[in-house]
Amino acid sequence: MAMPAAEIEALIRAALPDAEVEIEALVDDGDHYRARVVSAAFAGKSRVQQHKLVYEALGGRMGGELHALQLVTAVPN
Amino acid sequence: MSETNARISQIVENNDVVLFMKGTPLFPQCGFSSRAVAILDHCGVAYESVDVLQDMEIRQGIKEFSDWPTIPQLYVKGEFVGGSDIMMEMYQAGELQQLMDEQQVAKAS
Repeated sequence: MAMPAAEIEALIRAALPDAEVEIEALVDDGDHYRARVVSAAFAGKSRVQQHKLVYEALGGRMGGELHALQLVTAVPN
Repeated sequence: MSETNARISQIVENNDVVLFMKGTPLFPQCGFSSRAVAILDHCGVAYESVDVLQDMEIRQGIKEFSDWPTIPQLYVKGEFVGGSDIMMEMYQAGELQQLMDEQQVAKAS
């Protein structure tokens, strides 16, 4: 039940091509990450909707294969 | 509506503030749940908690109910607010406290 950071980043970019993605491992176990995702696709959306876009990009892995992803989303300045 | 959905629905309707979490506020079983509890404590509001580890149906069911893949999950006045990341962002921006004020939820005793 682990997932390399590069794979998470690739999945997010595939769904949100303009996204700036920064991923940091919280614990070095391939399972605990912090991600900051900045994308114009978030404009006008609530935080819940923004996070859901990222979860959708991860295609159901969130909460399963990927246990812990601390997520911050933002719209580009 | 499935039986589990009906139970969840009743929980969120009958409690102004309810946190679905792993463990209990005194003994959270996950870092994210622990953080959610700390945020609610800082807000000084009374809240109900549901330990999903004690109920596998709710543990799965709440994810479908909210269309949200992770736990903890916060509901205020029947509305899904978010998980611990959103709670933290809102708390830091003062928005969570504002939401609790607007919804006139009871203070912690």
